[in-house]
Amino acid sequence: MTVAAARWLRNGSVCFVGIGLPSAAANLARLTHAPDVVLIYESGTIGAKPQVLPLSIGDGELAETADTVVSVPEIFRYWLQSGRVDVGFLGAAQIDKFGNINTTFIGGSYDAPKVRLPGAGGAPEIATAAKEVAILLKQSKRTFVEQLDFVTSSGYFERGGGKGRAKVRGRGATTVISDLGVLISDPATNELVLTAVHPGVSAEQVRNATGWELLVAAKLEITPKPNGCELAALRDLHARTAAAHGGGVGAE
Amino acid sequence: MATLVSLREAAAELVHDGDSVALEGFTHLIPFAAGHELIRQRRRGLTLIRMTPDLIYDQMIGMGCAARLIFSWGGNPGVGSLHRFRDAIQTGWPAPLEIEEHSHADMAARYQAGASGLPFAVLRGYVGSDLPKHNKKIKAIECPFTGEILTATPALRPDVAILHAQKADRRGNVLMYGIIGIQKEAALAAKKVIVTVEEIVDELNAPLNACVLPSWVVSCVCAVPGGAHPSYAHGYYKRDNAFCMAWDGISRERETFRAWMERHVMGTADFAGYRRSSEAEAKVSSHR
Repeated sequence: MTVAAARWLRNGSVCFVGIGLPSAAANLARLTHAPDVVLIYESGTIGAKPQVLPLSIGDGELAETADTVVSVPEIFRYWLQSGRVDVGFLGAAQIDKFGNINTTFIGGSYDAPKVRLPGAGGAPEIATAAKEVAILLKQSKRTFVEQLDFVTSSGYFERGGGKGRAKVRGRGATTVISDLGVLISDPATNELVLTAVHPGVSAEQVRNATGWELLVAAKLEITPKPNGCELAALRDLHARTAAAHGGGVGAE
Repeated sequence: MATLVSLREAAAELVHDGDSVALEGFTHLIPFAAGHELIRQRRRGLTLIRMTPDLIYDQMIGMGCAARLIFSWGGNPGVGSLHRFRDAIQTGWPAPLEIEEHSHADMAARYQAGASGLPFAVLRGYVGSDLPKHNKKIKAIECPFTGEILTATPALRPDVAILHAQKADRRGNVLMYGIIGIQKEAALAAKKVIVTVEEIVDELNAPLNACVLPSWVVSCVCAVPGGAHPSYAHGYYKRDNAFCMAWDGISRERETFRAWMERHVMGTADFAGYRRSSEAEAKVSSHR
Protein backbone atom coordinates (compact mmCIF):
# COMPACT_ATOMS: atom_id res chain seq x y z
CA MET A 1 0.00 0.00 0.00
CA THR A 2 2.75 2.45 0.97
CA VAL A 3 4.76 1.45 -2.09
CA ALA A 4 1.74 1.76 -4.42
CA ALA A 5 1.00 5.23 -3.04
CA ALA A 6 4.64 6.28 -3.32
CA ARG A 7 4.74 5.23 -6.99
CA TRP A 8 1.66 7.31 -7.72
CA LEU A 9 3.52 10.51 -6.74
CA ARG A 10 5.32 12.10 -9.70
CA ASN A 11 8.85 13.44 -9.40
CA GLY A 12 8.88 17.24 -9.15
CA SER A 13 5.29 17.56 -7.98
CA VAL A 14 4.37 19.75 -5.04
CA CYS A 15 2.68 17.60 -2.42
CA PHE A 16 0.79 18.75 0.70
CA VAL A 17 1.27 15.83 3.07
CA GLY A 18 -0.93 14.50 5.87
CA ILE A 19 0.73 12.72 8.79
CA GLY A 20 0.86 8.91 9.11
CA LEU A 21 0.44 6.76 5.98
CA PRO A 22 0.55 9.70 3.53
CA SER A 23 3.80 10.95 5.06
CA ALA A 24 5.39 7.50 4.88
CA ALA A 25 4.41 7.11 1.21
CA ALA A 26 5.48 10.62 0.22
CA ASN A 27 8.89 10.15 1.83
CA LEU A 28 9.33 6.73 0.24
CA ALA A 29 8.68 8.39 -3.14
CA ARG A 30 11.29 11.04 -2.33
CA LEU A 31 13.84 8.36 -1.37
CA THR A 32 13.21 6.28 -4.52
CA HIS A 33 11.90 7.51 -7.88
CA ALA A 34 10.96 11.10 -6.97
CA PRO A 35 13.98 12.88 -5.42
CA ASP A 36 12.65 16.28 -6.49
CA VAL A 37 9.18 15.97 -5.01
CA VAL A 38 8.43 18.99 -2.79
CA LEU A 39 6.86 17.96 0.51
CA ILE A 40 4.80 20.58 2.35
CA TYR A 41 3.44 19.96 5.86
CA GLU A 42 0.73 22.14 7.35
CA SER A 43 3.01 23.12 10.24
CA GLY A 44 4.70 25.44 7.73
CA THR A 45 7.63 23.36 6.52
CA ILE A 46 8.21 23.63 2.77
CA GLY A 47 10.54 21.19 1.00
CA ALA A 48 10.97 18.98 4.06
CA LYS A 49 13.38 16.04 3.62
CA PRO A 50 13.06 14.10 6.88
CA GLN A 51 15.46 11.22 7.47
CA VAL A 52 13.00 9.70 9.94
CA LEU A 53 9.23 9.81 9.63
CA PRO A 54 7.72 12.54 11.79
CA LEU A 55 5.43 11.34 14.58
CA SER A 56 3.58 14.64 14.56
CA ILE A 57 2.91 17.12 11.79
CA GLY A 58 5.28 19.61 13.45
CA ASP A 59 8.33 17.55 14.42
CA GLY A 60 11.65 19.39 14.60
CA GLU A 61 13.01 16.99 11.96
CA LEU A 62 10.68 18.61 9.40
CA ALA A 63 11.85 22.12 10.26
CA GLU A 64 15.54 21.20 10.22
CA THR A 65 15.38 19.54 6.80
CA ALA A 66 13.05 22.05 5.10
CA ASP A 67 13.97 24.61 2.45
CA THR A 68 12.07 27.15 4.51
CA VAL A 69 9.73 27.26 7.50
CA VAL A 70 6.80 29.68 7.34
CA SER A 71 3.91 30.46 9.66
CA VAL A 72 0.64 28.56 9.62
CA PRO A 73 -1.44 31.38 8.06
CA GLU A 74 1.21 31.72 5.36
CA ILE A 75 1.20 28.02 4.51
CA PHE A 76 -2.58 27.95 4.11
CA ARG A 77 -2.99 31.29 2.34
CA TYR A 78 0.09 31.90 0.16
CA TRP A 79 0.98 28.29 -0.62
CA LEU A 80 -2.23 26.25 -0.53
CA GLN A 81 -5.13 28.62 -1.22
CA SER A 82 -3.20 30.34 -4.02
CA GLY A 83 -3.10 27.11 -6.01
CA ARG A 84 0.59 26.19 -5.74
CA VAL A 85 -0.04 22.62 -4.59
CA ASP A 86 -0.28 19.79 -7.15
CA VAL A 87 -1.28 16.95 -4.89
CA GLY A 88 -3.00 16.66 -1.53
CA PHE A 89 -2.01 13.38 0.12
CA LEU A 90 -4.60 12.66 2.81
CA GLY A 91 -5.67 10.00 5.27
CA ALA A 92 -9.26 9.57 6.51
CA ALA A 93 -11.39 7.70 9.03
CA GLN A 94 -14.10 6.95 6.46
CA ILE A 95 -14.80 7.70 2.80
CA ASP A 96 -17.77 7.23 0.50
CA LYS A 97 -17.91 6.29 -3.20
CA PHE A 98 -17.16 9.90 -4.26
CA GLY A 99 -14.07 10.19 -2.08
CA ASN A 100 -15.81 12.42 0.46
CA ILE A 101 -13.96 12.23 3.79
CA ASN A 102 -15.28 11.94 7.34
CA THR A 103 -12.93 12.77 10.21
CA THR A 104 -15.55 14.36 12.51
CA PHE A 105 -17.73 11.71 14.17
CA ILE A 106 -19.10 8.18 13.75
CA GLY A 107 -22.56 7.21 15.01
CA GLY A 108 -25.14 9.36 16.78
CA SER A 109 -25.41 12.99 15.68
CA TYR A 110 -23.04 15.94 15.47
CA ASP A 111 -24.34 17.29 18.79
CA ALA A 112 -24.38 13.87 20.47
CA PRO A 113 -21.76 11.77 18.72
CA LYS A 114 -21.16 8.13 19.59
CA VAL A 115 -17.48 8.37 18.69
CA ARG A 116 -16.00 11.81 18.35
CA LEU A 117 -13.01 12.01 15.95
CA PRO A 118 -10.35 14.76 15.86
CA GLY A 119 -12.07 16.94 13.28
CA ALA A 120 -11.13 18.75 10.10
CA GLY A 121 -7.56 19.96 10.51
CA GLY A 122 -6.32 21.27 7.19
CA ALA A 123 -8.23 18.80 5.02
CA PRO A 124 -11.34 20.76 3.85
CA GLU A 125 -9.16 23.33 2.09
CA ILE A 126 -6.45 20.87 0.99
CA ALA A 127 -9.21 18.79 -0.62
CA THR A 128 -10.43 21.69 -2.75
CA ALA A 129 -7.30 23.78 -3.33
CA ALA A 130 -4.85 21.04 -4.34
CA LYS A 131 -5.02 20.26 -8.07
CA GLU A 132 -5.92 16.70 -7.15
CA VAL A 133 -6.17 14.57 -4.03
CA ALA A 134 -5.11 11.01 -3.27
CA ILE A 135 -6.55 9.33 -0.17
CA LEU A 136 -4.66 6.56 1.62
CA LEU A 137 -6.82 4.33 3.76
CA LYS A 138 -7.01 0.71 4.87
CA GLN A 139 -10.05 -0.82 3.24
CA SER A 140 -12.97 -2.42 5.11
CA LYS A 141 -16.75 -2.09 5.31
CA ARG A 142 -16.21 0.22 8.30
CA THR A 143 -13.94 2.60 6.39
CA PHE A 144 -15.42 2.47 2.86
CA VAL A 145 -19.07 3.24 3.62
CA GLU A 146 -22.28 3.76 1.65
CA GLN A 147 -23.33 6.79 3.70
CA LEU A 148 -21.01 9.04 5.70
CA ASP A 149 -22.24 10.35 9.04
CA PHE A 150 -20.55 13.64 8.20
CA VAL A 151 -18.73 15.10 5.20
CA THR A 152 -15.75 16.85 6.75
CA SER A 153 -13.86 17.34 3.48
CA SER A 154 -15.35 17.06 0.06
CA GLY A 155 -14.09 14.62 -2.55
CA TYR A 156 -16.20 15.83 -5.41
CA PHE A 157 -17.53 19.28 -6.29
CA GLU A 158 -18.26 21.43 -9.28
CA ARG A 159 -15.18 23.22 -10.53
CA GLY A 160 -14.91 26.66 -12.01
CA GLY A 161 -16.41 29.66 -10.30
CA GLY A 162 -18.01 32.89 -11.45
CA LYS A 163 -20.77 35.00 -10.01
CA GLY A 164 -22.75 33.40 -7.22
CA ARG A 165 -20.53 30.34 -6.99
CA ALA A 166 -17.49 29.25 -5.05
CA LYS A 167 -14.39 29.03 -7.21
CA VAL A 168 -12.73 25.64 -6.99
CA ARG A 169 -9.60 24.84 -8.94
CA GLY A 170 -8.97 21.27 -7.88
CA ARG A 171 -10.31 18.08 -9.37
CA GLY A 172 -11.05 16.63 -5.93
CA ALA A 173 -10.28 13.08 -4.85
CA THR A 174 -9.15 11.40 -8.05
CA THR A 175 -7.46 8.40 -6.45
CA VAL A 176 -7.83 6.17 -3.42
CA ILE A 177 -5.02 3.79 -2.56
CA SER A 178 -5.86 1.07 -0.04
CA ASP A 179 -4.15 -2.03 1.27
CA LEU A 180 -6.17 -4.03 -1.28
CA GLY A 181 -5.93 -2.00 -4.47
CA VAL A 182 -6.31 1.29 -6.30
CA LEU A 183 -9.58 3.11 -6.99
CA ILE A 184 -9.79 5.90 -9.56
CA SER A 185 -12.74 8.27 -9.88
CA ASP A 186 -14.61 8.11 -13.18
CA PRO A 187 -14.51 11.62 -14.69
CA ALA A 188 -18.08 11.23 -16.02
CA THR A 189 -19.77 10.13 -12.80
CA ASN A 190 -17.13 10.99 -10.15
CA GLU A 191 -17.65 7.55 -8.67
CA LEU A 192 -14.63 5.55 -7.55
CA VAL A 193 -13.90 2.50 -9.71
CA LEU A 194 -11.55 -0.32 -8.73
CA THR A 195 -8.86 -0.22 -11.42
CA ALA A 196 -6.11 -2.31 -9.85
CA VAL A 197 -5.66 -4.90 -7.12
CA HIS A 198 -2.45 -5.58 -5.23
CA PRO A 199 -0.72 -8.94 -5.92
CA GLY A 200 -2.69 -11.86 -4.45
CA VAL A 201 -5.90 -9.84 -3.93
CA SER A 202 -9.09 -10.63 -5.90
CA ALA A 203 -11.79 -8.21 -7.01
CA GLU A 204 -14.22 -10.25 -4.92
CA GLN A 205 -12.13 -9.60 -1.80
CA VAL A 206 -12.18 -5.86 -2.47
CA ARG A 207 -15.96 -5.93 -3.06
CA ASN A 208 -16.41 -7.69 0.27
CA ALA A 209 -14.38 -4.97 1.99
CA THR A 210 -16.46 -2.14 0.50
CA GLY A 211 -19.68 -0.77 1.98
CA TRP A 212 -21.21 0.14 -1.36
CA GLU A 213 -21.80 -1.77 -4.61
CA LEU A 214 -18.24 -1.38 -5.93
CA LEU A 215 -17.69 -0.80 -9.64
CA VAL A 216 -14.78 -2.74 -11.12
CA ALA A 217 -12.95 -1.68 -14.29
CA ALA A 218 -13.42 -3.96 -17.32
CA LYS A 219 -9.66 -4.33 -17.50
CA LEU A 220 -8.56 -4.84 -13.89
CA GLU A 221 -4.82 -4.45 -13.46
CA ILE A 222 -2.53 -5.94 -10.86
CA THR A 223 -0.13 -3.51 -9.21
CA PRO A 224 3.46 -4.65 -9.78
CA LYS A 225 5.11 -6.20 -6.74
CA PRO A 226 7.38 -3.88 -4.73
CA ASN A 227 10.93 -4.21 -6.04
CA GLY A 228 14.00 -4.78 -3.90
CA CYS A 229 15.03 -1.15 -4.00
CA GLU A 230 11.60 0.05 -2.79
CA LEU A 231 11.43 -2.55 -0.04
CA ALA A 232 14.93 -1.74 1.17
CA ALA A 233 14.21 2.00 1.23
CA LEU A 234 10.97 1.45 3.15
CA ARG A 235 12.60 -0.94 5.62
CA ASP A 236 15.45 1.50 6.27
CA LEU A 237 13.03 4.39 6.71
CA HIS A 238 10.97 2.45 9.25
CA ALA A 239 14.09 1.24 11.06
CA ARG A 240 15.48 4.79 11.36
CA THR A 241 12.07 5.99 12.51
CA ALA A 242 11.68 3.29 15.13
CA ALA A 243 15.17 3.99 16.46
CA ALA A 244 14.40 7.72 16.68
CA HIS A 245 10.92 7.52 18.24
CA GLY A 246 11.18 4.26 20.12
CA GLY A 247 7.96 3.05 18.54
CA GLY A 248 5.70 3.08 15.52
CA VAL A 249 4.20 5.95 13.59
CA GLY A 250 0.49 6.57 13.95
CA ALA A 251 -2.08 8.62 12.13
CA GLU A 252 -2.65 12.36 12.37
CA MET B 1 6.21 46.90 28.65
CA ALA B 2 6.29 43.29 29.74
CA THR B 3 6.98 42.56 33.37
CA LEU B 4 9.17 39.63 34.37
CA VAL B 5 7.20 37.70 36.97
CA SER B 6 6.61 34.17 38.14
CA LEU B 7 4.13 32.07 36.19
CA ARG B 8 1.98 31.76 39.31
CA GLU B 9 1.67 35.54 39.57
CA ALA B 10 1.06 36.01 35.84
CA ALA B 11 -1.72 33.41 35.76
CA ALA B 12 -3.35 34.74 38.94
CA GLU B 13 -3.28 38.33 37.75
CA LEU B 14 -4.18 37.98 34.06
CA VAL B 15 -6.42 34.91 33.66
CA HIS B 16 -9.86 34.97 35.25
CA ASP B 17 -12.73 32.50 35.39
CA GLY B 18 -14.85 32.75 32.25
CA ASP B 19 -12.06 34.27 30.10
CA SER B 20 -11.33 33.19 26.54
CA VAL B 21 -7.79 31.89 26.52
CA ALA B 22 -5.61 30.73 23.62
CA LEU B 23 -2.64 28.56 24.61
CA GLU B 24 -1.19 28.20 21.13
CA GLY B 25 1.56 26.11 19.59
CA PHE B 26 1.59 23.87 16.53
CA THR B 27 3.16 20.71 18.00
CA HIS B 28 6.19 22.87 18.91
CA LEU B 29 6.52 25.27 21.91
CA ILE B 30 3.23 24.28 23.52
CA PRO B 31 2.80 26.11 26.84
CA PHE B 32 2.29 23.07 29.09
CA ALA B 33 3.63 24.76 32.23
CA ALA B 34 1.12 27.60 31.87
CA GLY B 35 -1.75 25.14 31.30
CA HIS B 36 -0.76 23.28 34.46
CA GLU B 37 -0.70 26.52 36.44
CA LEU B 38 -4.27 27.31 35.34
CA ILE B 39 -5.30 23.80 36.44
CA ARG B 40 -3.57 24.32 39.83
CA GLN B 41 -5.31 27.66 40.29
CA ARG B 42 -8.63 25.94 39.52
CA ARG B 43 -9.76 28.27 36.73
CA ARG B 44 -13.32 27.50 35.68
CA GLY B 45 -15.62 28.32 32.76
CA LEU B 46 -12.82 29.11 30.33
CA THR B 47 -13.34 29.30 26.60
CA LEU B 48 -10.28 27.48 25.34
CA ILE B 49 -9.10 28.43 21.86
CA ARG B 50 -6.53 26.45 19.90
CA MET B 51 -6.06 25.15 16.36
CA THR B 52 -4.70 21.82 17.57
CA PRO B 53 -5.89 21.05 21.10
CA ASP B 54 -3.67 18.22 22.32
CA LEU B 55 -2.55 16.83 25.67
CA ILE B 56 -2.58 20.10 27.63
CA TYR B 57 -6.18 20.86 26.59
CA ASP B 58 -7.10 17.23 27.31
CA GLN B 59 -5.75 17.83 30.83
CA MET B 60 -7.51 21.18 31.26
CA ILE B 61 -10.82 19.79 29.95
CA GLY B 62 -10.56 16.68 32.14
CA MET B 63 -9.84 18.82 35.21
CA GLY B 64 -12.95 20.91 34.58
CA CYS B 65 -11.36 24.22 33.51
CA ALA B 66 -13.24 24.57 30.22
CA ALA B 67 -16.84 25.39 29.32
CA ARG B 68 -16.21 25.90 25.64
CA LEU B 69 -13.65 24.86 23.02
CA ILE B 70 -12.93 26.66 19.75
CA PHE B 71 -10.69 24.46 17.60
CA SER B 72 -9.92 22.80 14.28
CA TRP B 73 -8.23 19.46 15.15
CA GLY B 74 -8.31 17.73 18.52
CA GLY B 75 -6.03 14.75 18.93
CA ASN B 76 -2.84 13.31 20.38
CA PRO B 77 -0.49 13.93 17.41
CA GLY B 78 0.87 10.69 16.02
CA VAL B 79 -0.87 8.63 18.71
CA GLY B 80 -4.64 8.91 18.31
CA SER B 81 -7.60 10.30 20.18
CA LEU B 82 -7.80 12.55 23.21
CA HIS B 83 -9.84 10.56 25.70
CA ARG B 84 -10.77 13.45 28.02
CA PHE B 85 -11.81 15.63 25.05
CA ARG B 86 -13.93 12.77 23.73
CA ASP B 87 -15.46 12.01 27.11
CA ALA B 88 -16.44 15.67 27.57
CA ILE B 89 -18.09 15.89 24.14
CA GLN B 90 -19.68 12.43 24.18
CA THR B 91 -20.87 12.27 27.82
CA GLY B 92 -20.33 15.73 29.34
CA TRP B 93 -17.71 14.58 31.87
CA PRO B 94 -16.56 16.29 34.06
CA ALA B 95 -18.63 19.17 32.66
CA PRO B 96 -20.49 19.72 29.39
CA LEU B 97 -18.17 21.12 26.73
CA GLU B 98 -19.66 23.35 24.08
CA ILE B 99 -17.67 23.18 20.86
CA GLU B 100 -17.15 25.61 18.01
CA GLU B 101 -15.38 23.84 15.21
CA HIS B 102 -13.51 25.19 12.19
CA SER B 103 -10.79 24.12 9.76
CA HIS B 104 -7.10 25.04 10.16
CA ALA B 105 -7.18 27.52 7.27
CA ASP B 106 -10.19 29.18 8.86
CA MET B 107 -8.72 29.38 12.38
CA ALA B 108 -5.48 30.80 10.97
CA ALA B 109 -7.44 33.42 9.04
CA ARG B 110 -9.52 34.29 12.13
CA TYR B 111 -6.39 34.94 14.21
CA GLN B 112 -4.95 37.04 11.38
CA ALA B 113 -8.13 39.12 11.26
CA GLY B 114 -7.94 39.59 15.02
CA ALA B 115 -4.31 40.63 14.80
CA SER B 116 -5.17 42.98 11.92
CA GLY B 117 -8.00 44.75 13.72
CA LEU B 118 -10.56 43.51 11.19
CA PRO B 119 -14.04 42.25 12.13
CA PHE B 120 -13.87 39.12 10.00
CA ALA B 121 -11.65 36.93 7.88
CA VAL B 122 -12.25 35.84 4.32
CA LEU B 123 -11.06 32.63 2.69
CA ARG B 124 -11.90 30.03 0.08
CA GLY B 125 -13.14 27.45 2.50
CA TYR B 126 -15.39 24.50 3.23
CA VAL B 127 -16.64 23.78 -0.31
CA GLY B 128 -18.76 20.64 0.00
CA SER B 129 -18.13 20.29 3.76
CA ASP B 130 -20.89 19.79 6.34
CA LEU B 131 -19.12 21.97 8.94
CA PRO B 132 -20.89 25.24 8.01
CA LYS B 133 -24.26 23.52 8.66
CA HIS B 134 -23.26 23.06 12.32
CA ASN B 135 -21.36 26.27 12.94
CA LYS B 136 -23.32 29.50 12.47
CA LYS B 137 -20.11 31.53 12.54
CA ILE B 138 -19.09 30.15 9.14
CA LYS B 139 -20.94 32.24 6.57
CA ALA B 140 -20.96 32.68 2.79
CA ILE B 141 -20.06 36.12 1.45
CA GLU B 142 -20.12 37.48 -2.09
CA CYS B 143 -16.97 39.15 -3.39
CA PRO B 144 -17.93 42.78 -4.22
CA PHE B 145 -15.58 42.72 -7.22
CA THR B 146 -16.07 39.33 -8.90
CA GLY B 147 -19.34 38.10 -7.40
CA GLU B 148 -17.77 34.79 -6.43
CA ILE B 149 -18.81 33.16 -3.18
CA LEU B 150 -16.25 33.07 -0.39
CA THR B 151 -16.29 32.11 3.28
CA ALA B 152 -16.38 34.71 6.05
CA THR B 153 -15.72 33.98 9.72
CA PRO B 154 -15.41 36.37 12.66
CA ALA B 155 -12.05 37.57 13.95
CA LEU B 156 -10.65 35.87 17.04
CA ARG B 157 -9.88 38.22 19.93
CA PRO B 158 -8.90 36.08 22.92
CA ASP B 159 -8.85 37.74 26.34
CA VAL B 160 -5.45 36.18 26.91
CA ALA B 161 -2.92 34.50 24.60
CA ILE B 162 -0.42 32.23 26.33
CA LEU B 163 2.72 31.14 24.47
CA HIS B 164 6.04 29.46 25.13
CA ALA B 165 9.21 30.75 23.43
CA GLN B 166 12.92 30.10 23.48
CA LYS B 167 14.24 33.38 24.87
CA ALA B 168 13.42 36.77 26.25
CA ASP B 169 15.74 39.60 27.22
CA ARG B 170 15.50 41.44 30.53
CA ARG B 171 13.24 44.09 29.03
CA GLY B 172 10.76 41.37 27.98
CA ASN B 173 11.38 41.21 24.24
CA VAL B 174 10.62 37.65 23.14
CA LEU B 175 12.31 35.54 20.43
CA MET B 176 10.90 32.31 19.01
CA TYR B 177 12.12 30.19 16.11
CA GLY B 178 11.52 26.89 14.35
CA ILE B 179 7.90 26.01 13.65
CA ILE B 180 6.18 29.17 14.88
CA GLY B 181 2.65 28.19 13.87
CA ILE B 182 0.05 30.82 14.68
CA GLN B 183 1.73 32.27 17.77
CA LYS B 184 2.53 35.76 16.47
CA GLU B 185 -1.04 36.22 15.22
CA ALA B 186 -2.48 34.86 18.49
CA ALA B 187 -0.36 37.31 20.51
CA LEU B 188 -1.33 40.30 18.39
CA ALA B 189 -5.02 39.30 18.35
CA ALA B 190 -5.24 38.95 22.15
CA LYS B 191 -5.95 41.64 24.73
CA LYS B 192 -3.25 40.30 27.10
CA VAL B 193 -0.22 38.11 26.42
CA ILE B 194 1.70 35.80 28.75
CA VAL B 195 4.91 34.23 27.41
CA THR B 196 6.87 31.55 29.24
CA VAL B 197 10.46 31.16 28.02
CA GLU B 198 13.29 28.68 28.26
CA GLU B 199 15.68 31.37 29.44
CA ILE B 200 16.10 35.08 30.08
CA VAL B 201 19.23 36.44 28.43
CA ASP B 202 21.12 39.72 28.44
CA GLU B 203 21.06 40.02 24.65
CA LEU B 204 18.49 38.41 22.33
CA ASN B 205 20.77 38.67 19.27
CA ALA B 206 17.74 38.07 17.10
CA PRO B 207 18.53 37.69 13.40
CA LEU B 208 16.89 40.20 11.06
CA ASN B 209 13.34 39.06 10.14
CA ALA B 210 13.23 36.78 13.16
CA CYS B 211 9.93 36.25 14.94
CA VAL B 212 10.21 38.72 17.81
CA LEU B 213 7.37 39.90 20.02
CA PRO B 214 8.45 43.32 21.25
CA SER B 215 8.17 43.88 24.98
CA TRP B 216 5.38 46.45 24.53
CA VAL B 217 2.93 43.88 23.08
CA VAL B 218 3.61 41.37 25.86
CA SER B 219 2.02 41.63 29.32
CA CYS B 220 4.16 39.17 31.30
CA VAL B 221 7.26 37.08 30.65
CA CYS B 222 7.96 34.13 32.93
CA ALA B 223 11.13 32.02 32.93
CA VAL B 224 10.06 28.36 32.92
CA PRO B 225 12.86 26.13 31.63
CA GLY B 226 11.40 23.00 30.03
CA GLY B 227 7.96 24.65 30.08
CA ALA B 228 6.90 23.13 26.76
CA HIS B 229 7.50 19.52 27.85
CA PRO B 230 6.32 16.99 26.55
CA SER B 231 6.25 19.07 23.35
CA TYR B 232 9.62 20.45 22.32
CA ALA B 233 11.62 23.65 22.19
CA HIS B 234 13.79 23.78 19.10
CA GLY B 235 17.44 24.14 20.09
CA TYR B 236 16.73 23.08 23.70
CA TYR B 237 15.07 19.66 23.89
CA LYS B 238 13.21 17.16 21.74
CA ARG B 239 9.58 16.10 21.84
CA ASP B 240 8.96 13.44 24.50
CA ASN B 241 7.22 10.97 22.20
CA ALA B 242 7.28 8.27 24.87
CA PHE B 243 5.20 10.47 27.17
CA CYS B 244 2.73 11.32 24.38
CA MET B 245 2.24 7.58 23.82
CA ALA B 246 1.97 6.90 27.56
CA TRP B 247 -0.70 9.61 27.85
CA ASP B 248 -3.05 7.41 25.84
CA GLY B 249 -3.07 4.89 28.69
CA ILE B 250 -3.03 7.42 31.54
CA SER B 251 -5.98 9.37 30.15
CA ARG B 252 -8.14 6.49 28.91
CA GLU B 253 -10.03 6.03 32.21
CA ARG B 254 -11.32 8.86 34.39
CA GLU B 255 -9.85 7.38 37.58
CA THR B 256 -6.30 6.89 36.28
CA PHE B 257 -6.42 10.34 34.71
CA ARG B 258 -7.58 12.04 37.92
CA ALA B 259 -5.07 10.16 40.07
CA TRP B 260 -2.23 11.13 37.73
CA MET B 261 -3.26 14.80 37.65
CA GLU B 262 -3.76 14.98 41.42
CA ARG B 263 -0.37 13.46 42.05
CA HIS B 264 1.78 15.26 39.51
CA VAL B 265 0.01 18.58 38.88
CA MET B 266 -2.28 19.42 41.82
CA GLY B 267 0.18 17.82 44.24
CA THR B 268 3.17 19.87 43.10
CA ALA B 269 3.88 23.55 43.65
CA ASP B 270 5.16 24.42 40.19
CA PHE B 271 6.38 23.03 36.87
CA ALA B 272 9.80 22.05 38.23
CA GLY B 273 8.00 20.03 40.91
CA TYR B 274 5.78 18.42 38.28
CA ARG B 275 8.80 17.42 36.21
CA ARG B 276 10.53 15.83 39.20
CA SER B 277 7.37 14.00 40.19
CA SER B 278 6.39 12.69 36.73
CA GLU B 279 9.95 11.75 35.79
CA ALA B 280 10.44 9.79 38.99
CA GLU B 281 7.31 7.78 38.15
CA ALA B 282 8.37 7.29 34.50
CA LYS B 283 11.73 5.93 35.72
CA VAL B 284 10.06 3.48 38.08
CA SER B 285 7.71 2.19 35.37
CA SER B 286 10.54 1.82 32.82
CA HIS B 287 12.40 -0.42 35.30
CA ARG B 288 9.40 -2.68 35.80
